[in-house]
Amino acid sequence: MSAALESILEQHPVWRGGAVACAAPAVPSGFASLDRELPGGGWPAGALTEILGERAGIGELQLLLPGLAALSWAGKRIVWLAPPHLPYAPALAAAGVDLAHVAVVRAPGRRDALWAAEQVLRAASCHALLAWFPSARYEELRRLAVAAEAGRAWVALFRPLQAAQESSPAALRIALEPDGDALCLRILKRRGAPAAAPLHLPVKRPVHALGRNSFPAPAAGHARDDRRLGVPVHA
Amino acid sequence: MQGSLRYFGGREAFFARLAHGLSGLGFEVKTASAATPRAALWLARGEKKILEEVPLQAVCGGEPLALLESLGMKDFGDLMRLPREGLARRCGRRLLDDLDRALGAAPEPRAYFSPPPSFAARLELPAAVAHAEALLFAARRLLAQLEGLLAARQAGVRCFTLTLIHEDEESKIEVGLASAARHAERLARLLQEKLSALQLRRPVEAIRLEARDFAPLAERSAGMFGDAGAEAEDWARLVERLRARLGHEAVSGLATHPDHRPEHAWRRVEPGEWDPREFRQPGPRPLWLLEPRPVPENSFRLLAGPERIESGWWDGDEASRDYFVARLAGDSLAWIYRESGEWFLHGLFA
Repeated sequence: MSAALESILEQHPVWRGGAVACAAPAVPSGFASLDRELPGGGWPAGALTEILGERAGIGELQLLLPGLAALSWAGKRIVWLAPPHLPYAPALAAAGVDLAHVAVVRAPGRRDALWAAEQVLRAASCHALLAWFPSARYEELRRLAVAAEAGRAWVALFRPLQAAQESSPAALRIALEPDGDALCLRILKRRGAPAAAPLHLPVKRPVHALGRNSFPAPAAGHARDDRRLGVPVHA
Repeated sequence: MQGSLRYFGGREAFFARLAHGLSGLGFEVKTASAATPRAALWLARGEKKILEEVPLQAVCGGEPLALLESLGMKDFGDLMRLPREGLARRCGRRLLDDLDRALGAAPEPRAYFSPPPSFAARLELPAAVAHAEALLFAARRLLAQLEGLLAARQAGVRCFTLTLIHEDEESKIEVGLASAARHAERLARLLQEKLSALQLRRPVEAIRLEARDFAPLAERSAGMFGDAGAEAEDWARLVERLRARLGHEAVSGLATHPDHRPEHAWRRVEPGEWDPREFRQPGPRPLWLLEPRPVPENSFRLLAGPERIESGWWDGDEASRDYFVARLAGDSLAWIYRESGEWFLHGLFA
């Protein structure tokens, strides 16, 4: 490459197809191999992230927990909107989440849930929103995307795998599949060049290092001491 | 008043602010200023600029007025030209005292207004309203009055009640706030959420707004280096907005609770109420807790366990269970337990 071309590329913000897009504000996911694939080096803030999964219990929350734990201990508030089941406080605390910064909002109807999501996104005091929308239309998601852009929150929308067929205004779309004890991520859409190969992430599973026989004894002492080191604790 | 004019940006600005506030409460405003309160009152009543031109109707009434009018008097100027002794004899001492007070020759001590400790105001609607959201317009007027009272008492409210008065019955709307507030706009927004969910079965003739139990509320000064309190305030408003529409129970925080039984080891609390020092690391716990439901024995494969939990014999909700981690069809990891020979699904390791 000639020196002139080199200097132009250095000086001007020329977007190059091969790159993973510009540096946008992001929340580190806690998985180095995933952060490398995400523009900005983490979950995008101020944009929608869609997590598409067929069923619950494959590690879909473990994927988000390192990011959530770091946010919560930094004093940032996290809202769980319309979760399909009860988020279990002891498991969240054990995973290193500061429950004092977690709020659960129950919204029975789809319209109420969308309204609540928009309220949360328009408020400056919430830094992460996890929301479950079994069915949502493109226009409704578009409205949420606009609200998200106005703020700086990380927004994770959980939707069924079939939604991958529909188009979506989300900046990041990830399809999840179980892969033994790991979790297989297919990045369907991201800002910048499309991702090539699926990722296999070693999310925390309760069977790691466990035999058929018995559980290990509960960790002694205060869980919080371990958390100060920035290490999410999991039995 | 002279001493405060600079703060309010001058006489005109002060009067404009006064007129705006009062007309918001539904009053017709006339303003005047003079050296004494009584003279100002008469000027305003008579709508004149000079005291001498104020008509007699603004100064006195009843018998003295009838007498003075029969003498051909028209305004305050005429009155001043009469001899004092004669005036006192014919119209009584009171009129003369009033004149002295207006001219500043006699003192007129005035009691300071002390605002009441609760608020109740009623507004008759000009026409019966059948549409709930139209009530908001009328309610705003009462909320502005409430704001004025709260500002005078340097207080805020944590709840207020709007009563809808129908022809022969009443219905109440209670609005609760996450933190004490005063601004009419904020109160109106919460009321709007309540009203939008309301179906009126019969037209409303009048409304009444009531509030008591004022909480002290200091005005916050704007911070010099960003405002740490602003985010907490914004959060409190978000919570109360969500609760106004979805119900109080819809927004909650989570906390751990020292109990071995999984379904008792957590609590729904107010958001933000959790003390991490009380938490002890348990064994593997699922992120989703489900209502226990029976599962057939051949539908899963055990991966780890058992963890025995035996507790609760003292409060009638006794548990004696063996918990396992199991893989369900479709690769979900589940938390299941066996109790008296039956298998139950209790959680998912999400």
